[in-house]
Amino acid sequence: MSKFMFYPGCSMEASAKAYNESMLQILGPLGVEFQTLEDWNCCGATEYVGISLTPAYSLIARNLALAAKQAKGTDILVASCSACYLNLAKADHYMAERPLLDKNVNTALAAGNLHYDPGTVKIRHLLDVLVNDIGLDAIKAKVVKPLKGLRVAPYVGCMVPRPDYEHRWSDTEYPTELDRLLKALGADVIDFPLKTHCCGGHMTQIGPAVAFELIRRLVAGADQYKADMLVSLCPMCQLNVDAYQAEMNRYFKTNYHMPIIFFTQLIGLAFGVDPIKLGFGRELVDARPALNRIGVEVPVTEEPKSQPKRTKKTGLPMPTMPGQEEIEQ
Amino acid sequence: MYPRPVHPEDPNPNVRFLEAVSEATAGIARLEMCIQCGTCGGSCPSSADMDHTPRALFALIRAGYREEVLRSNTPWICVSCYNCVVRCPQGVHITDVMYTLKSMAIRAKLYKDSTAPDFSATFVDMVEKYGRSFELGLATRFMLKHQLNRLPSSGPMGLGMLTKKRLSMKPKQIQGIDQLTAILERAKELEAVP
Repeated sequence: MSKFMFYPGCSMEASAKAYNESMLQILGPLGVEFQTLEDWNCCGATEYVGISLTPAYSLIARNLALAAKQAKGTDILVASCSACYLNLAKADHYMAERPLLDKNVNTALAAGNLHYDPGTVKIRHLLDVLVNDIGLDAIKAKVVKPLKGLRVAPYVGCMVPRPDYEHRWSDTEYPTELDRLLKALGADVIDFPLKTHCCGGHMTQIGPAVAFELIRRLVAGADQYKADMLVSLCPMCQLNVDAYQAEMNRYFKTNYHMPIIFFTQLIGLAFGVDPIKLGFGRELVDARPALNRIGVEVPVTEEPKSQPKRTKKTGLPMPTMPGQEEIEQ
Repeated sequence: MYPRPVHPEDPNPNVRFLEAVSEATAGIARLEMCIQCGTCGGSCPSSADMDHTPRALFALIRAGYREEVLRSNTPWICVSCYNCVVRCPQGVHITDVMYTLKSMAIRAKLYKDSTAPDFSATFVDMVEKYGRSFELGLATRFMLKHQLNRLPSSGPMGLGMLTKKRLSMKPKQIQGIDQLTAILERAKELEAVP
């Protein structure tokens, strides 16, 4: 049993539910035990650092301090989301590099009776742990349904292999960890030149034109290589390419249909886990046709027949925001 | 000819702008090391939409063009992909410098387009309130204010996300929210001290 601490991050509970569901399914067979960090908070994504430095790093460091405190038998904190992984690694790295930041962040943490010494916790990404600690042989040994005939484009994205402070990856621009893992599952892995290109990050919200071009490059690239799907390890990449593909198609008057699936979902599939338990069917760009071709049937989950219940009599269902005016117009 | 020395008490903010940017950046920015080679702009996936490439921006910082720099859209177009960072022959922390410039531009109220700053501010607002991000709240609040015209195309997407149960209807608050608030309050006080 290999034991690690785990930092889920906000997306794993919402937009990247399929990532979480499939990850939980494959940990057991691989003999991995995750101790989820208790009462973790958001890492601030790429937003807080653009507003204010010390608060942004204090927000991240609270998680590191909690991890150091809760650590039992391991000092490795695994993150599955790219932005979370980078932010945690960054705070640890910069607190060590810049004594002033360390001092300020720890002064802030002291207000919450916490303290963090940089270097106490080792921050690793899920893929790194699976490939380097668990090992491809151990993964291969559990494959009962090789993904033979499935053409996949491994898409790593930016924030996992870059800037790579601890030199954990084979390359910052052309890492091969995901390729090797997918090959171990029996898939046909294409040599995808755009594997660490950007998905647009938060630009799908702020400046869609910038993001659509980046999404188009990825989708068109994978399509050119006749890939059945892109394989992702990041909630943001998956969300951008999946949820915004229709809008991107409308913008460029194209008609791409390129599903994007989390790598943990494919591991689960090769391990013979029921596709529904792996979160298949949650993607907006349907992956079923591609899976059908290799003989995997994903039943259609029942769509709710009635509208979701409305708590308010007026307007459309809107999120509730306790203690605050609902929406500014 | 030797460069003229800067008087240590020169009140003109332009004179010490490079220093100020380095000072406000998380790690050691190494901005002084820039050799103007342009690898950053050449590696950037979104430089076509920037008014200055990163290289040009760094030249402006060095030359003390504070207002010009803080009005630039470059930091706001940066997608944080770190391509330039790993390619920079001088090891400049380019992406982090972009974050610094964003926060400086917000404080100096010099960047005119409020879309991107508002997005960040709304995100941070949610995180400060709940300790977690809240995608649905963020998306609706931001979109109603800034991108109503996008509703016809992004509406179906949002609905799809809801029916696939990929959006939470309610925000989740962490237990230690008081602790987090105390930490952030103290951090903000520290930030206010130059």
